[in-house]
Amino acid sequence: MEAVADKKQKWDLVIGTRNSMFDLRLRELWEYKDLLFLLVKRDYIAFYKQTILGPLWFFIQPLMTMVMYVFIFRNIAGIKTDPIPAPLFFIVNIIAWNYFSECLNKTSTVFKDNANVFGKVYFPRLILPFSIVISSLVRFGVQFILFILILLFYIFVKGYDFQFTPYLLLVPVFIVLMALFGLAAGMIISAMTTKYRDLVFLVTFGVQLFMYATPVIYPLDYPKNELVRRAISLNPLTPIFEGLRRALLGHGYFQWSSLLYSASVIVVLTIVGMLIFNKTEKDFIDTV
Amino acid sequence: MSKQLAIKVEHLSKVYNLGEIGTGTISRDLERWWARVRGKEDPFLRIGESNDRTTKGNSKVVYSLTDVNFDVEQGEAIAIIGRNGAGKSTLLKILSRVTSPSTGKIYLNGRVASLLEVGTGFNPELTGRENIYVNGAILGMKKKEITRKLDEIVDFAGVERYLDTPVKRYSSGMYVRLAFAVAAHLECEILIVDEVLAVGDAEFQQKCLGKMGGVMKNEGRTILFVSHDMNAVSKLCSKAVMMDKGAVKRIGEVDGIIADYLNRNVDGGRLSYEFEGPSAKQLYFKSIRMLNSKGEPCKTFYVDEPIFISFDVGINDADFKCDLFLTVLDFKKRRIFSCESLVTGPRMQLRIEPYQLVRGNYSIETFLNLPNIGKLEFVEDICDFSVIDHVSPMMKHGGYDYGVVLGKYHWDTVEQ
Repeated sequence: MEAVADKKQKWDLVIGTRNSMFDLRLRELWEYKDLLFLLVKRDYIAFYKQTILGPLWFFIQPLMTMVMYVFIFRNIAGIKTDPIPAPLFFIVNIIAWNYFSECLNKTSTVFKDNANVFGKVYFPRLILPFSIVISSLVRFGVQFILFILILLFYIFVKGYDFQFTPYLLLVPVFIVLMALFGLAAGMIISAMTTKYRDLVFLVTFGVQLFMYATPVIYPLDYPKNELVRRAISLNPLTPIFEGLRRALLGHGYFQWSSLLYSASVIVVLTIVGMLIFNKTEKDFIDTV
Repeated sequence: MSKQLAIKVEHLSKVYNLGEIGTGTISRDLERWWARVRGKEDPFLRIGESNDRTTKGNSKVVYSLTDVNFDVEQGEAIAIIGRNGAGKSTLLKILSRVTSPSTGKIYLNGRVASLLEVGTGFNPELTGRENIYVNGAILGMKKKEITRKLDEIVDFAGVERYLDTPVKRYSSGMYVRLAFAVAAHLECEILIVDEVLAVGDAEFQQKCLGKMGGVMKNEGRTILFVSHDMNAVSKLCSKAVMMDKGAVKRIGEVDGIIADYLNRNVDGGRLSYEFEGPSAKQLYFKSIRMLNSKGEPCKTFYVDEPIFISFDVGINDADFKCDLFLTVLDFKKRRIFSCESLVTGPRMQLRIEPYQLVRGNYSIETFLNLPNIGKLEFVEDICDFSVIDHVSPMMKHGGYDYGVVLGKYHWDTVEQ
């Protein structure tokens, strides 16, 4: 700033009516990385404050859900998960689905939930959805330990035949894709909910319904109808869930082409989501 | 000194939609979109509708700001004053990038920190220390920076003992002090402050003002200050922008603008003050009235006429000896002088001699004084009146601040 001695002034910042929708200001985002990590830490600490079991709650929820699913879908409905033992099948799916749905649900209400903060201070709004994805990832990581414990139990006690495959290396890719999909859908919805609240209602039960369109409580080869199977394969999450089971449990329907399909859909959606979010953040406070 | 600008506001306007947002706006959105497709102007952005809340406008949108222009030099403290709804908060919101303008631009030089409402992002479950970090980061500080300033912040807020206690257990005063402390220690070139001083006790308010004044003078920061507290404004700021109905009415030296602003607010004040009665007390006020020399109710006096203040006092116990005490306050609510008299009858009238008060706005504070016992019927800041100067020797100095009283003096040429 010392260089500005002339009458002609150079300005650090110009606030105008409308920045370009494509100007994501990623450098600014980087400058706020400390905020990102502090927010993640805050979410994590606030989660177990004043609880007796603390972080143990991260385990209890998927464990109970798994027991319930085994009972209802395996024993009552008779959905065959062979050759994977039902508890293993469900725990992987539950943990993965939890991660996706948390990213989606929380991101989709980000404007509404944080209206009081957004209305007072400026910071790159994209930080918040990112912090949601990362703090959900922490939770996912903790729950993943639970999965490993159950897996070890099955390998050593029940003699489950598990082999390491190169597919294991794809696990991070699956997780990133899942996070991006939740983030993208969440951002698009959140941008629209600032004006039209109707979507909030849609999301809450829509996510639940969407689970049934994803091979979470059944493997992809379970439906006998070819048409139904095709329709389910259109869901970008299908290759991810099948792939995850292939990588982690050794059985699942995996094809590179379907992964490529899912990845391209998700990447396009993410870009669209970021652009829409970026456009909305500027003056959503007037409409929210 | 270089006259570099810190803020330049150019043709700034902001439009708000009235009524329900949501229901029915899809159709409006479509209409807007259709207009844009045909290359026409946005049908809802019609110029000319100002934000007057009291009258019903005929369009569905309202201009919260209309064509606002002003510059702020670096290191300057500028106050933005105006009644509720003048557009002050909208202006600050745009400046701190919470919302975007409808038309116009703002140019800024330096990092901006806004204290629109302190404690933003405080999570009640987290401890004071954790909140300092999160809040600081939200305001744009780096983690290292916060660590470096942690002691200073804690010290300023005076919450050291509670640092590792969740803030939900804090008293509201502690909460606010901590929040202000975080914001005040932000390294920035431009500080935007909105009414934060309304909270906290008098001592802390003084501390905040001192802090802001300090950063302005020592570190050359620019301050934009919005407040209804004219004391704080006149203490901190040298310049002021007066806003009315979304537009800038006047820009200039702070004292002149404050006087102008308060003068406007006097309109619609009351001429007489009736008190609830009858009371069982020995003595009580029935009414207080401002009168001119003709005995008419009045609230605007010329400098060369006397001011009468008439008290009707209810007396239940004639043996009760009590003094009537009255203090004249200036527009900043500073006490100028007091007068006292024994209550000798049911109607007491005070005559303030002409050529005493300079032009400006005044009010009074009064009570019944029982010596060594206490004050009865204390009423503060009533009977707003103004004095208009058209003849005094000081009149020609216009807006210059030559004091609050026209002194009694005499000049002589003394032979040596």
